[in-house]
Amino acid sequence: MKDVMDEKYKKEYETLIRYIESDYPESLDGRFAGMVVNSNRVLFANSPEGIKVKWIILEDNALNVNIRVDPGIRIDTPVHLCFGILNKIGKQKINMDIEVGKDSVVKFVSHCIFPNSVDISHLMDARIHLHPGARMEYHEVHIHGKSGHITLVPSGKVRVDAGAEFKSYFTLKSGIAGDVDIDYEISIYDDAVCFLESKIHGREKDKIKIKESVFLKGNNSKGIIKTRVVLRDYSFGDITGEIIGEGDNSKGHVDCMEVVFDNAVAKASPIVFAKNPKSKVTHEAAIGSIDRKQLITLMARGLSEEEAIDIIVGGLLR
Amino acid sequence: MLSLKKFKVMRGGKEIVKGIDCDFHRGQIHVILGANGSGKTTMANGMIGIYPSQGKVILDGVDISDFTIYNRAKMGLTIAFQEPARFEGLTVKDYLLISSKDKSIHDVESALKMVGLPKHILYQEMDESLSGGERKRVELAAVYLMKPKYAILDEPDSGIDVRSFRKIADIILALRDSGAGVILITHSQEMISLGDVATIMADGRIVGRGDPTEIRELFLNSPCPI
Repeated sequence: MKDVMDEKYKKEYETLIRYIESDYPESLDGRFAGMVVNSNRVLFANSPEGIKVKWIILEDNALNVNIRVDPGIRIDTPVHLCFGILNKIGKQKINMDIEVGKDSVVKFVSHCIFPNSVDISHLMDARIHLHPGARMEYHEVHIHGKSGHITLVPSGKVRVDAGAEFKSYFTLKSGIAGDVDIDYEISIYDDAVCFLESKIHGREKDKIKIKESVFLKGNNSKGIIKTRVVLRDYSFGDITGEIIGEGDNSKGHVDCMEVVFDNAVAKASPIVFAKNPKSKVTHEAAIGSIDRKQLITLMARGLSEEEAIDIIVGGLLR
Repeated sequence: MLSLKKFKVMRGGKEIVKGIDCDFHRGQIHVILGANGSGKTTMANGMIGIYPSQGKVILDGVDISDFTIYNRAKMGLTIAFQEPARFEGLTVKDYLLISSKDKSIHDVESALKMVGLPKHILYQEMDESLSGGERKRVELAAVYLMKPKYAILDEPDSGIDVRSFRKIADIILALRDSGAGVILITHSQEMISLGDVATIMADGRIVGRGDPTEIRELFLNSPCPI
């Protein structure tokens, strides 16, 4: 456990943290629960009571991170994870293993910061297990550079045990998206709930591929997949939201919206699959230009077309 | 004055509004009556620049017939739609501040109070979480905050519960008293009574104009579907 920062890492730490200090001013003075990583170097790690954070660097330079949240505790302050690459060129591979104990409540805010990207790869493979009655939120916020090339490959498998609740939010806060390939599979058991939300703005030649599959294995399990993608220039989006209803009275919904400008191309594939006649799974998918009624309304309020589009897109991605 | 001269609106290759001449005055509520399909909403959308039109729209002496929706709004002509849009990720506060000419939160709160909505609704998103009636009242508040010269209100009372009707009437009167010309499209007898003048439309034409009470009687008692 590294709860005191090495002096040689201090500058890297401060450079990374500066990107999120407006959201989390406490981060700069060390009141940071979680960990900060530049490339595969753990610059700082700290655990609030009830959480154990361990890591190891593997031979292939991958970083294995293991987070255990004790059973029956409630962590009121979000646990921050900050994975960045400050260099222009680099590859970061994180194997993340999170286990949330029975009836515990925890929120993670994970910042992925690649501000100077010329050629950056970020590969994240997560295994997340929520024990019965646990509640976990995972907010992944990406802060990228305005140019260069970024490859993002976040993938994972999540198990949500009986009565547990898993919520995941993925946002690109700034910069180019790059080549994004998100692939998550979530299994939900009796009376458990899962909510997945992804919001990405693609520009230039960004390629955004999202595949999220939710297996409603348990009785009375519920799952929602919500995706909002805005594509401009020559960007490409391929979104698959899949819900498979297996348990009695399980309910799922896929809600995908892609707004397309310029020469961008969008594809949406909502897949709903009821393996149990008592399961109900629904979907809605919309691809196209900006909603005309919204546009007209804002223009009738005195906004130019460009201003109105910015407001509508900003709302979708908020 | 806002004038329509030989004003026509085509939809799907068909002439819906058929060469109307009509004047609307500031500080006056001008009620537009007519059966479903008579062309009231099409006329409103043509006036605002949503649908292409022929003839002229003259606002305080300026021919705005070729202006965009945005430029017409900048000139002081706006609309509260019959079915307001919903906006994901935009709060009521965001929307009202966008609409507000003075960008003042105090004005926003006052307008919200005028339409009988509680303050906490400011932080709600303009999506399905608002009822149709709430959404319509937010729309009226937005129009009021724009301080328009002319406001077209397309059935502002539809979907509004009886208890909230008085609030809707109050903001319409407040718009008029602020000097705006209000063009009020309605089927409601109570709304008609707010009018200073009324016009009745049938089949895309104006078939009567005058005192709102008399026009209402004409509308209710006509043997023809006007």
